[in-house]
Amino acid sequence: MSIEIRVQADELDALAEIAAVSAGDTRVGGVVSFVGLMRDLNQGDDIASMTLEHYPGMTEKALRKIVDEALERWELLGVRLVHRVGEVRPPDPIVVVAVAAAHRGEAFRACEFIIDFLKTRAPFWKRELKADGSQRWVDARSSDDAAAAGWGD
Amino acid sequence: MIRILYFASLRERLGSDGETVSDAPGSVAALRAALAARGGDWQQAFAGDQRVLVAVNQEMADDASLLKDGDEVGFFPPVTGG
Repeated sequence: MSIEIRVQADELDALAEIAAVSAGDTRVGGVVSFVGLMRDLNQGDDIASMTLEHYPGMTEKALRKIVDEALERWELLGVRLVHRVGEVRPPDPIVVVAVAAAHRGEAFRACEFIIDFLKTRAPFWKRELKADGSQRWVDARSSDDAAAAGWGD
Repeated sequence: MIRILYFASLRERLGSDGETVSDAPGSVAALRAALAARGGDWQQAFAGDQRVLVAVNQEMADDASLLKDGDEVGFFPPVTGG
């Protein structure tokens, strides 16, 4: 079982993270990954960059708790969850979730579960710098709450 | 003594990233009421209609959560990671 959870200001190498989740484990039959990318457009505005703030200490605990819940629900062989903080520019990866399992079903479901709960439970906040120079905090979306609620308790 | 931290848009609105209070209120609800009683931006933040989430000792909590000496309380807007 390989579990790796990181919060980092450095650039994120999504393909390296995905490769690492199953490296050396020949029991793995499938890897499912989600890579969240920084877009240059949001709510009709051109976005130049984004700054991700978080709650150091709590963030790592919250991510660990989400991964632990996934491990209780499904039989997994590896999880990698890496999230950027600080300044991010399009089209940088913001988050990588990679899940390894013997079979695809567990891996697909666990990957979606982890990103759905990260969106509503992990203390990260995005502030956008628009192309016109103004800044704004990104609002939480009710569709994210609904996605997490869909998994039940 | 309780350590309070404010994050993101809430930190900017309050002009503070945190403080310590010596008289520990018994619960999150009591702490919110004490902060709202400062008036102005504090009242808007803690008694207004915008959601302000709370964590106690770095775990998600709610208004009913009890507070004790030495606790760390974090207040923040709904999260937007991922």
